[in-house]
Amino acid sequence: MADDQNKILDEVTGGEYKYGFHTDIETEMIPKGLSEEVVRMISAKKGEPEFMLEYRLKAFRHWQTLKAPDWAHLNIPEIDYQDIIYYAAPVQKPQLESMDEVDPELKATFDKLGIPLDEQKVLSGVAVDAVMDSISVKTTFRETLAEHGVIFCSISDAVKEYPDLIKKYLGSVVPYSDNFFAALNSAVFSDGSFVFIPKGVRCPMELSTYFRINAMNTGQFERTLIVAEDDSYVSYLEGCTAPQRDENQLHAAIVEIVVHDRAEVKYSTVQNWYPGDKDGKGGIYNFVTKRGICKGDYSKISWTQVETGSAITWKYPSCVLMGDHSVGEFYSVAVTNNYQQADTGSKMIHLGKNTRSLIVSKGISAGKSQNSYRGLVKVSKKAANARNFSQCDSLLLGDRCGAHTFPYLEISNNSALVEHEATTSKIGEDQIFYCNQRGISTEDAIGLIVNGYVKEVINQLPMEFAVEAQKLLQISLEGSVG
Amino acid sequence: MTVTSQIVNLQEEYLALYNQNEAHLLNGAPDRMNELRQEAIGHFERLGIPSNKVEEYRYTNLQPFFKGTLSIGFSNEQLGVKLGDIFQCDVPELESYPVFLVNGWYSFQNVKDFGLPEGVIMGSIAEIGKKHPELLEKYYGTAANMDRDGLIAMNTAFAQDGLFLYVPKGVVVDKAIQIVNIMTGDVDRLAFQRNLVIMEENSQARIMVCEHTLSPNKYVINSVTEVIACENAVCDIYNVQNQHNLTTQVASTFIRQKAYSNVVTNNLTLHAGVARNNVVVTMEEEHCESHIYGLYLTDKNQHVDNFSFVDHAKPDCLSTELFKGVLDDRATGAFAGRVLVRKDAQRTNAYQTNKNLLLTEDAKINSKPQLEIYADDVKCSHGATVGQLDDAAMFYLRSRGVSEAEARILLMYAFAYEVIEKIRVEPLREQIRGLVEKRFRGELDKCDSCVVCGQLGNSLTCL
Repeated sequence: MADDQNKILDEVTGGEYKYGFHTDIETEMIPKGLSEEVVRMISAKKGEPEFMLEYRLKAFRHWQTLKAPDWAHLNIPEIDYQDIIYYAAPVQKPQLESMDEVDPELKATFDKLGIPLDEQKVLSGVAVDAVMDSISVKTTFRETLAEHGVIFCSISDAVKEYPDLIKKYLGSVVPYSDNFFAALNSAVFSDGSFVFIPKGVRCPMELSTYFRINAMNTGQFERTLIVAEDDSYVSYLEGCTAPQRDENQLHAAIVEIVVHDRAEVKYSTVQNWYPGDKDGKGGIYNFVTKRGICKGDYSKISWTQVETGSAITWKYPSCVLMGDHSVGEFYSVAVTNNYQQADTGSKMIHLGKNTRSLIVSKGISAGKSQNSYRGLVKVSKKAANARNFSQCDSLLLGDRCGAHTFPYLEISNNSALVEHEATTSKIGEDQIFYCNQRGISTEDAIGLIVNGYVKEVINQLPMEFAVEAQKLLQISLEGSVG
Repeated sequence: MTVTSQIVNLQEEYLALYNQNEAHLLNGAPDRMNELRQEAIGHFERLGIPSNKVEEYRYTNLQPFFKGTLSIGFSNEQLGVKLGDIFQCDVPELESYPVFLVNGWYSFQNVKDFGLPEGVIMGSIAEIGKKHPELLEKYYGTAANMDRDGLIAMNTAFAQDGLFLYVPKGVVVDKAIQIVNIMTGDVDRLAFQRNLVIMEENSQARIMVCEHTLSPNKYVINSVTEVIACENAVCDIYNVQNQHNLTTQVASTFIRQKAYSNVVTNNLTLHAGVARNNVVVTMEEEHCESHIYGLYLTDKNQHVDNFSFVDHAKPDCLSTELFKGVLDDRATGAFAGRVLVRKDAQRTNAYQTNKNLLLTEDAKINSKPQLEIYADDVKCSHGATVGQLDDAAMFYLRSRGVSEAEARILLMYAFAYEVIEKIRVEPLREQIRGLVEKRFRGELDKCDSCVVCGQLGNSLTCL
């Protein structure tokens, strides 16, 4: 019985990464290495105004004084920051007028990934910004959105077209001095999305950015900025994949969200960077700083993430609950298999009165992977009546993996009510037996149990994403259940 | 002899202090203790006194407390007062073997013959270490890991005395062993104490430790206790801290457990200036059981930090942890619990709970419960809560005519009782229960007699 289970587990978790292909497309790259000159070159290539270059240089100089953090429960090999190409862009015609002008090869790549760049074909009505390596390839539905006053474009365009908004908000949530990777990103970030929802507008469709690493030896440094003005709402999705390679590629992104009075932003991520092969070779190093600030009263930020990819994940989507009655939510499923390592979780900083936060984190580890939850709940002295509930569960599939929980609770207000719960266990033999007894095979039973285990989080995703996430989970765990 | 020095830069001066007094340190202590000093001071040089930059001391910066003018005794000095006059064990049900340690040194005034069961050895570690070098050789320094924590290294380098207890195979110590640690004297003092408890196979003992301060000086105490629980041994260690607000105490207990051993530790902090309790348990063989409890009731500017680390190195072991705190006034508290389940430590059960009540706007708590798990067939959980008294419960009591003040006391007392009821020695449980209730009623003053060890009231202890 146990042997059988092990076999099935191995089968279930031994699945192949299906986005591992590489697109042969002419790519413009700059030489390897990082210096002030490179930062200037990136800025020049993007034709940025002076203030952006200044910002980048300040960040770069600060980055030079920093050391890579080593506090996470991760075994990070030495990264040679001079051995990375900081800018790579598929060569294409400069201005796109219609879909026909997108390089067919590029289009084929995104079609293969299931990302519709062709607006006619889109049924679901999701506006997409597709980013390949360092630049944004195409943003769909820009005009439709513009009718509502919603700005959705690549951050490079935004820097040129809306410098005032960028000046006001870029770096306001995650300053370049925040941490090592934030400084690096601020210096060399290439592209990403900018979203601005004006007062009182409920964004008519879901917005989505799709990130693809394609070129070799490159790093990807994207930057996302979402601003929701009073009484607005937007749901934003993010997906990512990369080709299958033996080398490790670096991905260091920043996401900033600013939410004003009574506005709500829902940010969902399905992260599926190449995780490396089953011997732990290759894979993306994913170091991401994501933070939202609930600036206004009654504002809300909700993070949902399904993390299945990356060799190393270092990511803590956070909410700064500044406005009174603001709400922060974090739902996460993190799956690690083979030699993957993940150290992820959330920070909830309660500053305003009557603020509430919820953390639901579900970790699944299989193979020889290490999966950690690390989170902080901080209630400052003035945050009266703050409420937090955190639940961090870990499921172990196999006896060679690790599941860890490192919550930090810092409470300085006596009216706070803070609860943290964590459990770690494996799939019970009694649960499997129960399913078997009712004619469900062990493999299906495991699928069923895992699905039930993550349901709470998956339910938070928009429907299309939920389906994708569920499929992804199955693939990630293929061949690993025991 | 006592050396007084002005400490400003910590490391340098403590190193100099060590170098100048190495001869005194080596003189009179057993060989095994002296053997480790060089290595220990090396580690101390590297690690120093932990500040809050050190992850494990994140919420307690101890550096300021180790500064200032402090006196260290490098030899066992006679205490002027007669202990018998100050302490009277007037709790008839609580029969015990009382032992006194003064400023970290074993007191000469202790009785020569405790009338302990045959084979049990109890006394000064410095003295017994020389009589039975083989016991120290085998166990001393094997549990307290000094290469990670500067304070443990410091203790290993400086400590000269402490309590030694050896319980041979199959012996059950009938009465509780009561260790009374006293800090006294008219100078500000830094003391090191090093205890070693060896529980041989199938032996049983219950140990109560009472921490007291007798005079209104500043005291800094760095004590390390090593406990070796061999197969089937059962050992309870209860620690009642009742010290004045100028005291800084770092009490580290390291426990090595062998197969089927069962150990309970319970740190009850009723009064302290700054208290840091470390409990480190290593389960070296299968089927061990370890229960770690803590209760901290703090007010004024007190700070209590409980740190625990349970290393499930072998399969089939059980550990439970329960830490509860009530924080009043401007008191701050911290809890950090780490449970490590190593690869192949299958069928481990580990449960950890930390609950806190904040009574005022200025009280503060930081909690850090951690699980690190490398085996899959385990049941592990942890929980942490911070909150106030339950409104519904309060309403229930009020609706039955209980006054608000009384209802608060009742609820706080009920909250704390969960830890008290874990005390496996009934008379002691009763004593502590009464003590805690008094504490909540505001009737327990530092000036009061200690009902546990019978310390009589003394105006000097009023702080």
